[in-house]
Amino acid sequence: MHYVIAGAGPAAIAAAEHLRELDASAQVTLIGAQAQPPYSRMAIPYFLTGKVSEEGTYLRRSQDHYEAHGLNLIHGEVTAVDPKGRSVTLGDGQKIKYDKLLLATGAEPIIPPVSGMEDPRVQQCWHLEDAERIIELAKPGARAVQVGAGFIGCIILESWVLREVNLTVVEMGPRMVPRMLGEKAGGLLQSWCEAKGVTVHTNTQVKAIESTPDELQVVLENGETCPADVVIVSTGVKPRLHYLEGCDIDIDQGIVVDAHMQTNQPDVYAAGDCAQGLDFSTGETAVHAVQPTATEHGRIAAANMVGNNNLPYKGSLNMNILDTLGLVTCSFGAWEGVAGGDSAEMYNPDNHQYVNLQFKDDVLVGANSVGYHEHLGVLRGLIETQIPLGEWKDRLKDNPVNLVEAYQGVNQAALQNG
Amino acid sequence: MHKALVMEVDACTGCHQCELMCSYGKVGAFNTAKSVMDITIYDGGAINVPSTCTQCQEAWCMVVCPVQAITVNPATGAKEVSAEACVGCKVCTIACPFGAINYDPDSGVVTKCDLCGGEPMCVEACPTTALAYVAEDSTGYDKMRRSATLAAGLEA
Ligand SMILES: Cc1cc2nc3c(=O)[nH]c(=O)nc-3n(C[C@H](O)[C@H](O)[C@H](O)COP(=O)(O)OP(=O)(O)OC[C@H]3O[C@@H](n4cnc5c(N)ncnc54)[C@H](O)[C@@H]3O)c2cc1C
Ligand code: SF4
Repeated sequence: MHYVIAGAGPAAIAAAEHLRELDASAQVTLIGAQAQPPYSRMAIPYFLTGKVSEEGTYLRRSQDHYEAHGLNLIHGEVTAVDPKGRSVTLGDGQKIKYDKLLLATGAEPIIPPVSGMEDPRVQQCWHLEDAERIIELAKPGARAVQVGAGFIGCIILESWVLREVNLTVVEMGPRMVPRMLGEKAGGLLQSWCEAKGVTVHTNTQVKAIESTPDELQVVLENGETCPADVVIVSTGVKPRLHYLEGCDIDIDQGIVVDAHMQTNQPDVYAAGDCAQGLDFSTGETAVHAVQPTATEHGRIAAANMVGNNNLPYKGSLNMNILDTLGLVTCSFGAWEGVAGGDSAEMYNPDNHQYVNLQFKDDVLVGANSVGYHEHLGVLRGLIETQIPLGEWKDRLKDNPVNLVEAYQGVNQAALQNG
Repeated sequence: MHKALVMEVDACTGCHQCELMCSYGKVGAFNTAKSVMDITIYDGGAINVPSTCTQCQEAWCMVVCPVQAITVNPATGAKEVSAEACVGCKVCTIACPFGAINYDPDSGVVTKCDLCGGEPMCVEACPTTALAYVAEDSTGYDKMRRSATLAAGLEA
């Protein structure tokens, strides 16, 4: 059986390793377009601050990891897929035949349609090469404007501050990370950043970037202009799908997959940031574009590729954690609440602390937290097991911070009754 | 056959000796905040629940880590964090449905139970039978595993 994987990011590698675990005799070929060994985009912020070297961003630490696991890693860009002929075409014209194919080509940054984006001082933070370029531009004392304060923006923001640049952030939404944090949580994050010397503009968009040889001028829709030595664009991501044109693979926001991670084409699967898979909270499909979903997709896809679709799954729980200049924020599942639901809230702006829990009946369905970093995983445990909270729901409503007590309490009770 | 750290709620008196020794082993100081063994106290000490990583097979933390900072120690089966490799992204701390791997802002990396290389200090410190390090097929282990898999909504 020849399994071919387009892409060599976390979804691809998780799938390849699981394929190997499940089928010792499988032939597994990974095709990666990047020049480096498979690396993690998530680790780029830590490369930017010097916490790790380039090698420290690699998905696997030993040089011969892939060879040692019998995974054939080849460098190349998939430019076309032929589901009928069961082959993929690479940039150099080479065709590779497959028995089963996994599309794991990830995402790419969205570039806002404004003038001035082509100036070399305007940078994405997406590839390792971008990071190297930013390190050259973001010298201590430099003026940086970051366009976008989504979740990736709020992670990389710290890198600029640690690099001692003067930072201005522009977000078109009403608050920072509007798609992950509610109003109070986003507000706390903003005041935290401002207290650390970051200028934050919300509710406004960049209209144009004007270049002179000495500096850039970032013109905002609200009439303000921010001078800059470097502009970092972080305005969201979209699945990377250009190579799928005209091949009858169903695409909506991303590659649409079923509960087995299979596309509408037999023996073609998709995983990670390029895939629109089941969402645990809504039962619909969605592109999450986060690491936990990418690795989960990879493993579920691999299991179904080997087991002929014998492992349907209930969808991934969307979750995220950010550390922005020392303030940890996180979100899980239906953090905005569900129809007919109930909620609990603790808001302590003086300490930059906040917990918001969302319930459906006595089951936890979503959460936001600010200023806490311990035992946050129990939120996933409570949400995904859908374990009835019973009397613990009222106790959480009295004090939403008592999560660990609630978690241990409901599990002990379930154990005693079971 | 690996051994497992078994925690028995009924025998725990909530004395916190395990947390003290654990923190001493981890950071060289008696500071329960740095312990990766945690005792949750209910009703003023009527019930005390010890908890830490159960070194689960699936190991969500290990699968999700973007830089392979979590690996299996073949001698003990423990999932161990490499402080050099960990970038501190914290994604493992939300992926673990038991909340058993946590970020330490002082070190900038995550910490979790590593079974102290096969001689867990918490077990040594425990004055009762609440903590034991026993063969994985013992009854205590079965019971605890049931609790863990229940919590994760998984079949044992
Ligand atoms: C700066 C930054 C910080 C982030 N921080 C977090 C975080 O804290 N938490 C979190 O959950 N997520 C974070 N993310 C998102 C996370 O990195 C992604 O969700 C994850 O990398 C998705 O994995 P993937 O394998 O689906 O895609 P990718 O990582 O994008 O990998 C795709 C792979 O496919 C290859 N490829 C693409 N097209 C082709 C082609 N046509 N042919 C061959 N190969 C191709 C690429 O070279 C790459 O190897 C962050 C992302 C960035 C950019
Ligand atoms: S915090 Fe460290 S161990 Fe956890 S996922 Fe990130 S790099 Fe891996």
